[in-house]
Amino acid sequence: MKNRKVAEQLNNYTINNLRELEAEAIYIIREVASEFEKPVMLYSIGKDSSVMVRLAEKAFYPGKVPFPLMHIDSKWKFQEMIEFREKYTRENNWDLIVEYNKEGFDSGIGPFTHGSKVHTDVMKTQALLQALDKHRFDAAFGGARRDEEKSRAKERIFSFRDKFHQWDPKNQRPELWDIYNTRVHKGESIRVFPISNWTELDIWQYIRLENIPIVPLYFAKERPIVEVDGNLIMVDDKRMPADMVAKVKMRMVRFRTLGCYPLTGAIESEADTIEKIVEEMMTVTKSERTTRVIDFDQEGSMEQKKREGYF
Amino acid sequence: MNTNLDINHFLDQDQRKDLLRLLTAGSVDDGKSTLIGRLLFDSKKIYEDQLSALERDSKRMGHAGEAIDYALLLDGLKAEREQGITIDVAYRYFSTSKRKFIIADTPGHEQYTRNMVTGASTANLAIILIDARKGVITQTKRHTFLVSLLGIKHVVVAVNKMDLMEYSQNVFDQICTDYKSFTTTLSIPDITFIPLSALKGENVVENSDNMPWYHGKCLLEFLETVHVVSDRNFEDLRFPIQYVLRPSLDFRGFSGKIASGIVRKGDELMALPSRKKSIVTEIITSNGTADYAFPPQSVTITLADEIDVSRGDMLTHPDNQPRFERQFEAMLVWMDEKKMDPNTQFFIKHSANTSRARLDSIKYRVDVNTLQQSDCEAFSLNEIGRVVITTNKPLFFDPYHKNHSTGSFILIDPITHNTSAVGMIIDKLNTNDIPSRITDPETRRMIDSGQSLIGRDELEKRYQQKGVTIWITGLHGSGKNMLAYHLERRLFDSGATVVLLEGSTVRAGLSRELDYSPADRAEHLRRVAHMCKLLNDQGIIVIASFISPTESIRRKISEIIGNERFHLVLMSAGIDYCRNNKPDLYLKVEKGELRNLPGADEIFEIPETAQLIFDASKETPDAEQIMHYLAEKKVFPGE
Repeated sequence: MKNRKVAEQLNNYTINNLRELEAEAIYIIREVASEFEKPVMLYSIGKDSSVMVRLAEKAFYPGKVPFPLMHIDSKWKFQEMIEFREKYTRENNWDLIVEYNKEGFDSGIGPFTHGSKVHTDVMKTQALLQALDKHRFDAAFGGARRDEEKSRAKERIFSFRDKFHQWDPKNQRPELWDIYNTRVHKGESIRVFPISNWTELDIWQYIRLENIPIVPLYFAKERPIVEVDGNLIMVDDKRMPADMVAKVKMRMVRFRTLGCYPLTGAIESEADTIEKIVEEMMTVTKSERTTRVIDFDQEGSMEQKKREGYF
Repeated sequence: MNTNLDINHFLDQDQRKDLLRLLTAGSVDDGKSTLIGRLLFDSKKIYEDQLSALERDSKRMGHAGEAIDYALLLDGLKAEREQGITIDVAYRYFSTSKRKFIIADTPGHEQYTRNMVTGASTANLAIILIDARKGVITQTKRHTFLVSLLGIKHVVVAVNKMDLMEYSQNVFDQICTDYKSFTTTLSIPDITFIPLSALKGENVVENSDNMPWYHGKCLLEFLETVHVVSDRNFEDLRFPIQYVLRPSLDFRGFSGKIASGIVRKGDELMALPSRKKSIVTEIITSNGTADYAFPPQSVTITLADEIDVSRGDMLTHPDNQPRFERQFEAMLVWMDEKKMDPNTQFFIKHSANTSRARLDSIKYRVDVNTLQQSDCEAFSLNEIGRVVITTNKPLFFDPYHKNHSTGSFILIDPITHNTSAVGMIIDKLNTNDIPSRITDPETRRMIDSGQSLIGRDELEKRYQQKGVTIWITGLHGSGKNMLAYHLERRLFDSGATVVLLEGSTVRAGLSRELDYSPADRAEHLRRVAHMCKLLNDQGIIVIASFISPTESIRRKISEIIGNERFHLVLMSAGIDYCRNNKPDLYLKVEKGELRNLPGADEIFEIPETAQLIFDASKETPDAEQIMHYLAEKKVFPGE
């Protein structure tokens, strides 16, 4: 009897897995705000970013978040993403910085003309590094999760980057308990991943629990689609080459991840609510990042990109 | 419609699950990766396309022949895939209908001690793999030592490859016996043994028919049901201030993660180091306001009064305070490729505080394989040992075994900014080890000798006695105090000048901030010993009645008082006699309400040399015998 009573009492002092992950993320976000001079939260407008933004709002409630959001615009994002970005940040009183690689843009770099590798390097990786240098940020939050991809399973929560923003997998700082080494020399920086320990299901659960707004592209709808090498690419603007546009069909699709529209494949789906998305996720098993065209470049390609400074 | 209801039900269920963080220790040879692969695979976490990528990889460089090589699922980085070993901590996620799991997967070789320590720091439970063909080997001992060092409370010993030992119960039993025999000296409260075959999936996710003699749970079922909530410290409130929220002039909130204990609205809290008190007016959690909060929640607390609190300060209950010291002893693990330079002024990060720290001394290094201690000048990568550390500003801490959050720290190299070492605080420094603040030899000599104009022979003549201490040691309940009071009466009646000191009266005043932990007990007795010395110097006889449990403590007391003036009396009594005599404290220890009672949960060493020994269970202690002894020694009456 007594044991049962103790067990019941302990139940009052237990939080579920989502609240535990949330508490961990809020702790990490506050730690960065306390220890760094000029942090920034990188904002990709994807669902993981939406969760991260909500966690930051909670960490400083009822105050205002003491750092800005920064979006690296590759100039090839889905239009709906940009609309969502503008509306959300305005309504929630966020300081928003938008940066892009002007040189790359002016010389017309794009995925259709230069291929995914060059486009990603110039308009995403280089653009990010330029922006970090320009604003002299010493810490940048990212929404990466360890379960996304094999090479991320060993990523630290506080990931050290040298003056050239490079990541050296052999020279990572040990990370024990919840004590984070935040010391950097001038010019060096830390990438911080507060939702490292979240899985894709956790993200959906949290969006559902907290009613977090996300870009409507995640939900199934009839959209103009072209099939390219087995990937379902949506026609989002007039830059799509005419020979591809000729093959457009309206199909019921949704997106599992969001990026540059020519590089992000849709999946055929009827799931137009979070519940249906999760149900689909649990039954149709295809891991998340396979719908990103950029990962097929070469073996271990994400690891390569990370070394170069891309997340 | 129906499917929607089901998925809602599924999501609601899923949300309620709790989280178990576990560590796996073992080498590739033990089948560790295969075991983890099983757990992940069989709980349907591994997605279809990861599997097809795996089949492609296996053909090219698999180690397991035709069958799927589970290890390839896990090894992330390219370099180590080619070497065939895991060189870092990798975190894996899986979920069953009962619980969510985070696995910290760490390599087992000695050169990866730091990785295992890293993985262990956040784990509730450790799986230690043993190859049934090899039994308990050096590696097993090393892993177990590290797990106990990091304070993991639950260990599962997974005896793998039972299929290669014909599922023999004798083999399994022998391994259990061997394992238990060396873990008796390590403090791991919960150890479970499971015989299994990871390769064949036996006793991993489902029970095996090949081992009918095993009646316990299979590994996954055990992981799903092991009770870990009560491992958290809900007793001692420690709320380190991480961030001060001040959005407007009329709101001031203190944000942080509750390290331990429970805070309630209306509680009176004390801010450290200012010691100012105030009342909790509001607790803001991530999910609205609440009446109470507990670990590991991240919350914001507002107080009724405007008191000055900033990052690094701590809120606690006024009657339950952490240590507040600049010096402490700790177990240190060296994590840096660069060998330790003992003269470095490190940065120390502890809770929300950063200060400078210096290594005062290395008490010993532990060989992780044999647990032997040896002298050491400086640690190299992966070495572990006991050290004394001094910090520039005082830190609020608790011993690591009581509180992982306030008992752990990292040392940062001031030049490279690498995390050079990590530590677990044992306790504040034993006061005997603290050097005097007065270092000038001349001043010290003056202080030591005093300037009295009355000589010792004059005192002896006046009092007709020698100033000595009769120190009575023995267990709680052995009858020490009874003897002390009788002796005091007899001496007083005979005309002696005598003072009696015993535990409760000294603790009520002179030692009132000290508790019963080994470090505090040592400080308490150090004070008593100095008091005895002062009184003896004045020619007065002291009767001191204290448990004083160890030889080393009694030796130090004797040195302070002066060996020739220290007369030790032992009240010898078995623990049963003492428990019968004064049951209250012993019962509390048995119920877990009290700690650090020598003879019960703390060591009591019977002195090897005592001038007088009484056996409490056989005779009523007799003050007359001591009177005879004192006369014989010409203490009282004096010469």
